[in-house]
Amino acid sequence: MSLRRKINGSRRSPLAAIFVIAAGLLFSGGGFAVATNVVESNVATSYTADQIAEGKKLFLSNCASCHGLQGEGLDSNPKLIGVGALAVDFQVGSGRMPGQASGPQLAKKPVQFTDEQIELMAAYVESLGPGGAAIPEAKYLEATGDVTHGGELFRINCAMCHNAVGAGGALTEGKYAPALTGVSAKHVYGAMATGPQNMPKFDDTYLTPTDKQDIISYLAYIDANQSAGGYALASLGPVAEGLFIWIFGLGGIIAITVWLAAKSN
Amino acid sequence: MAGKDIERGKEADGFEHEFESGLAVISQDKISDPGLEPHRVRMTDKSPKHARNAERQVAFLFVLSVVGSFFALWAYVAFPITEDLSTVRANNLWLGLGMTLSLLGIGIGAVHWAKTLMPDFEVSEPRHQTRGSEDVRAAAVEIVKLADQESGFSRRKLIRRTMYGALALFPLPALVVFGDLGPVVGDTLRHTMWKKGTRLTADPTGIPIKASDVTIGSAFHVIPEGLAEMHEHKLEEKAKAAVLLVRLNQDDLKEDEDKKSWSYEGIVAYSKICTHVGCPVALYEDITHNLLCPCHQSTFDVSEHCKVVFGPAARPLPQLPITVDAEGYLIAQSDFLEPVGPSFWER
Repeated sequence: MSLRRKINGSRRSPLAAIFVIAAGLLFSGGGFAVATNVVESNVATSYTADQIAEGKKLFLSNCASCHGLQGEGLDSNPKLIGVGALAVDFQVGSGRMPGQASGPQLAKKPVQFTDEQIELMAAYVESLGPGGAAIPEAKYLEATGDVTHGGELFRINCAMCHNAVGAGGALTEGKYAPALTGVSAKHVYGAMATGPQNMPKFDDTYLTPTDKQDIISYLAYIDANQSAGGYALASLGPVAEGLFIWIFGLGGIIAITVWLAAKSN
Repeated sequence: MAGKDIERGKEADGFEHEFESGLAVISQDKISDPGLEPHRVRMTDKSPKHARNAERQVAFLFVLSVVGSFFALWAYVAFPITEDLSTVRANNLWLGLGMTLSLLGIGIGAVHWAKTLMPDFEVSEPRHQTRGSEDVRAAAVEIVKLADQESGFSRRKLIRRTMYGALALFPLPALVVFGDLGPVVGDTLRHTMWKKGTRLTADPTGIPIKASDVTIGSAFHVIPEGLAEMHEHKLEEKAKAAVLLVRLNQDDLKEDEDKKSWSYEGIVAYSKICTHVGCPVALYEDITHNLLCPCHQSTFDVSEHCKVVFGPAARPLPQLPITVDAEGYLIAQSDFLEPVGPSFWER
């Protein structure tokens, strides 16, 4: 500060000082954002040319063999033009990309890149074309929303595939809706906003960022609170519960009946 | 089958059997009454030591029941149900275990007591004859005759016939009234809330949907305009009118010529009520365009008028013809052109 005051006071015009301060704030702020990887607003405009260039290098060596040199898509592999930064964050950040083998569905696996590398690739893919979903503001990822409303939205929009408490479920021909327990808020948001693989996406006009935050809050609530009705048997519903009671409940009753009718020795 | 192999014989049971030699299992005798099993003496009858042990075991089970009762009482106080719903779990678990112990202790103790210590000699008790004795039957006939004589039931024809008439007619008002119980179904199975010009709104908020807001690959769960504000019969109407809206690439849609106008720029709307037994069909796969019913795995192809590609459903999901109004909001062109949901008698 003392340096700035000296500059301000003596040799430069006041306008220059304002410029220097503004530049300093921009740099330190930007550096802070990169260092902590917290993105405060729509990042589409905030990627630097350096980031995009670095991202392109990573893209060419890791993604282009399937998605094409310009992300234009090859064969049945989707094109990445216009999918946006959030799609990259979800796909690479959850370990689904880079894909290992073709099959009905790409599964979660250990993440292959650092957060920094993922952000660089996101920057490059974001630069390919407009239209994709951007990384949400951090406030929408906090589990402080309306849990009741989130629960209602979840049951209307998500529960049919992901189960009423997010335990996941089967789809057609080997595909499945993964369990949502332990999935980070950013990835839940990313899945809703970008519709990865066979999941449809939920537009911001239909499920607003606040609605999405409510759903995230609902998932966090059921993660943190155990089932009030007793042991949930993995929350898989009537099939698991029926199997349990047919084996153990009915088995117990049969055992008691046999004992009742047996003669004492 | 060679005729000469068939032998005929009159069996001990008096019935004639026909059998092929080498195949039939011939019973030579009727099943004879095996009588009672030989009595087996229990250890508790033979040795006083075992009897004493059994006595102690029964007493122990009863004491266990007492412990269970006290435990249940303690658990009810120690794990109160508060505002926090999760407290129900501990309360029910420990209270239930205590009561289980309390009841099972009594039950198992009583059975163990009966099986080990109470007399166990076998007894056969013949059934009573169903038919009454001749005396009783004669007395009953006397009573009926006397009653007929005293009341004049056979003699007074006028009374008898009017009584028959009265008895025959008295259920009539009840039958007519029962016939009118409950609402008349009428044509409610054939129509939903959707009408020409009804806006498509988001479930559950009722906010109208602009066609320009629906991006390719997105899914909207839709209710008709006005349903969100309903109080009476809301669920009945929702159960018929619920719609799934998705937007596909127009190139992916394979539409019939006469139904081309039912979609709007790749946006299609289908009834969410399965044509099999009426479950909500909403498991939508965006790449395959499959719509899966979670109940019996009926699968519909959204890109081809929701035709059935798998499962027990017999008919495609009814499509809601849609368009946009002057302000760009999605509206229905009409009601569904066929009844939604499972097949019923007259359709």
